[in-house]
Amino acid sequence: MADLSKDTLLDMYRNMVVIRRLEEKSAELYQQGLIGGFLHLYIGQEATGVGAVWALGEDDHVITAYRDHGIAVSIGIEPKYILAEMMGKTTGVSKGKGGSMHLADKDKHFWGGYAIVGGHLPLATGLALRARYKDENFAVLCLMGDGSTNIGYFHESLNMSAVWDLPVVWMIENNQYGMGTAVDRASGETELVKRAVGYGMKEGPRVDGMDVLAVYDATKEALEYAKKNGPILMESLTYRFVGHSMGDPERYRTKEEVHEYQEGDPIRIFGDKLIGEHKVTQEQLDVFDREARDLINEAVEFATNSPNPEFDDLFVDIYS
Amino acid sequence: MAMKTLIEAISEAMDEEMARDERVFITGEDVGPRGGVFRATMGLIDKYGAGRVVDSPLAELSIIAIGIGAAMAGLRPICEIQFADFIHPAMNQIINEAAKMYYRSDGQWPVPMVIRAPYGGGIGGGLYHSQSLEAIFAHVPGLKIVVPSNPYDAKGLLKSAVRDPNPVMFFETKKGYRLIKGEVPEDGDYTVPIGPVNVLREGDDLTVYAYGIMAYYTWQAAEQVADEDGIECEVVDIRTLLPLDREGILESFKKTGKALIVYEDNLTMGYGAEIAAVLSDDGFEYMDGPIKRLAGPDVPGVPFSHPIQEAFMPNPKKIAAAIRDLAGY
Ligand SMILES: Cc1ncc(C[n+]2csc(CCOP(=O)(O)OP(=O)(O)O)c2C)c(N)n1
Ligand SMILES: [Mg+2]
Repeated sequence: MADLSKDTLLDMYRNMVVIRRLEEKSAELYQQGLIGGFLHLYIGQEATGVGAVWALGEDDHVITAYRDHGIAVSIGIEPKYILAEMMGKTTGVSKGKGGSMHLADKDKHFWGGYAIVGGHLPLATGLALRARYKDENFAVLCLMGDGSTNIGYFHESLNMSAVWDLPVVWMIENNQYGMGTAVDRASGETELVKRAVGYGMKEGPRVDGMDVLAVYDATKEALEYAKKNGPILMESLTYRFVGHSMGDPERYRTKEEVHEYQEGDPIRIFGDKLIGEHKVTQEQLDVFDREARDLINEAVEFATNSPNPEFDDLFVDIYS
Repeated sequence: MAMKTLIEAISEAMDEEMARDERVFITGEDVGPRGGVFRATMGLIDKYGAGRVVDSPLAELSIIAIGIGAAMAGLRPICEIQFADFIHPAMNQIINEAAKMYYRSDGQWPVPMVIRAPYGGGIGGGLYHSQSLEAIFAHVPGLKIVVPSNPYDAKGLLKSAVRDPNPVMFFETKKGYRLIKGEVPEDGDYTVPIGPVNVLREGDDLTVYAYGIMAYYTWQAAEQVADEDGIECEVVDIRTLLPLDREGILESFKKTGKALIVYEDNLTMGYGAEIAAVLSDDGFEYMDGPIKRLAGPDVPGVPFSHPIQEAFMPNPKKIAAAIRDLAGY
């Protein structure tokens, strides 16, 4: 079990709450027309992102798909830069060019979110190649949705990482749907980790993705394994409480199903655990919640007051 | 006639073709109960069943490759790619297989399939949900490429595409899906032939060539400069980009001697360069001014932020300005 100090546990909890409040606020801003385009929320999946990212060591790297807000917050990008990006401002993570699906921070070893599903998997293989090439001791955590396991990139990436013993933790955030398509309608083998066998790769656990500490432990172990031995495939079993993106009519699942999963809200579960096992009070948790709200409100103000890009900004950073 | 949106016309075309020919089926991501991301296939699964409206896993290469195989085997697939931006994984299947199959089989294996893909910017989609890819595919003989600008054409051309014995790429302006409305016959089968250009508006002063949403914008701009400046533009909607109707393109130019070509894709090596080449090759003696292009700037993608997205996109205002410039030459 995770051997984490109480302070760390509280920080992880805060991290989850900040993600939740950020997501709720961005939904609001979207409805007000202040965020445009497409918006994919992480509500319900916070335990996976936080548990996985907090397991990363100083030298490890992470890369993910387009549902990336939670990973960005967990890796330490301040919400104000995320909201500024979503609102298309020059102070945003990619100066308004990318929007919410391509958050990144190279200094934090976060190689970003990718809008083309599965497109980042072979990049993870390449990032990990460096570890073997330069004999460095790091691993790459590659997060992906269940949907991305069915595009060809998955096959090539996993196979190469296995052939070359590359230190990659392939982590499927299995939230049970790729857009409106349930896993069993898209994958012949629904226990996705079993695919590891076909690549001669370590079959990792299917961890409870609603339990942040379970995700943390499993990821930590997987990262250690990858550094020593080579790639491992694991799943975090989770659920998104909201639509695929804003305006999803969600005809593919019942309200009852969603409610049932919401009963197992990962933030509440962790809060209860902190209260029950770590002598934290509800009042303390409430304070974190208020702080998170304040942080997000300040972030909105920052983003709102930030300048828009202008015509000339179109032509910046085309060639290096 | 009834007023329809572009996307309604597209849905109707698929519906009618499925009713007409039981070999016609649709596959793509979430085309079934969800009706596709833009709802183009809404309701079709209820009418034709899951055997003919087939939800596929997230796998663009296979969505298209399965279409090719099924077409070779005698079916009539309509393959939906959610956004044109996701078509790249299927590049090999389109360029090496669909386009070359008839040629390599000495005319024995036609590939009668349709690939539908929403293209273009203007909806805040950002770098990976806004691309225009027609120029890339227009370089590949063996493919047919259609980009309709209005509901009447969209329905008639899509029906022709389904009946065509060749692979047809059908690019749909997603920005125009609900923005562009027009008259479509209420009943009775009609088709619009793949091939000929269409004159949307007659005029003597200069010709503007465009397709897709840019043809729609150009028509608006042409009305505006007629009202405000008395400039009469002829607007030629290319609508079939491959094979190219060289005669149709030249015809208007013979009359006006001046040409502006509008497209949303990046300027350099864009489709408009080919139109300019046709005019220069075969229309030199009619030329009465420089052949001008108005297109998206040469940047790697349509950026997300609204002000720079708008800076990227040609629009009626920019088109009107370009028309005035050229008319003044
Ligand atoms: C190559 C490609 N095909 C299709 C899409 C459209 N699309 C975006 S997300 C998505 C579903 C992805 O599901 P999953 O990988 O499970 O991620 P989740 O949304 O559940 O986080 C689809 C089909 C895309 N972005 N890229
Ligand atoms: Mg999923």
